[in-house]
Amino acid sequence: MTVLNLAAVAIGGFFGAIIRYQLSKKLNTSKNIPYGTALVNLLGCLLVGFVFGLQLSTGLTFLLVSGLAGALTTFSTWLKEILGMSKVHEIGKAFLYLTASIVLGFAFVYIGFTGGSFFLG
Amino acid sequence: MKTILAVGAAGAVGAVVRTLIGFVLPATNGFPTGTFIVNISGTFILCFLVERTLHLTLVNKTAYDAITVGFLGAFTTFSAFSYETFTLFESNLAMAIVYVLSSIVLGLFAGAFGFRLGGRGRTE
Repeated sequence: MTVLNLAAVAIGGFFGAIIRYQLSKKLNTSKNIPYGTALVNLLGCLLVGFVFGLQLSTGLTFLLVSGLAGALTTFSTWLKEILGMSKVHEIGKAFLYLTASIVLGFAFVYIGFTGGSFFLG
Repeated sequence: MKTILAVGAAGAVGAVVRTLIGFVLPATNGFPTGTFIVNISGTFILCFLVERTLHLTLVNKTAYDAITVGFLGAFTTFSAFSYETFTLFESNLAMAIVYVLSSIVLGLFAGAFGFRLGGRGRTE
């Protein structure tokens, strides 16, 4: 872990958090599913799979995986939203959002990884 | 614009702290301890803060968004959680299942506990 690696994480984290903030503001408008949070979480999974499939350098991995994708995606808001749904007795919706996020998250990691490996040749 | 930059700066700090915790707490027997601790503690703090400030008129919306969306949002991570589980599926299926279930169950408990604790001492 070098200072340069941490700087890369900070830069990625800066942009990841801003993109999530903007997309959540625009898309978390539905009374049903917070599509903004769902979208950033899946995009982040796709990116992480892609970067590892491509086998990028350590520095770029810190920038794009630990920084950008790490901050673009969020675990705390996701579970907060699920708890919010169950609070108002929307257990079915909470369960759907929970399981769909997990299953699609794996699928997007896989798709990203396969795509990255393909470009690697 | 000020709020956007504050969210970004707080997100940068959250990402760095998460990375450092992952460095100090490496995976044990394949279990990603760092991500686990970060996600559970971040969920607790977020739910606590949201509930505690529920009926308050926010004096400083910029600081609130920076802490909740910026710092805590970037501190916790869904992508690492998914990727770690994905790789564990191939190497250690039992550990993958333990990791997913413990993250979700303890995360939900931590969040519910945060909500409860946040509502208790609240100034209405």
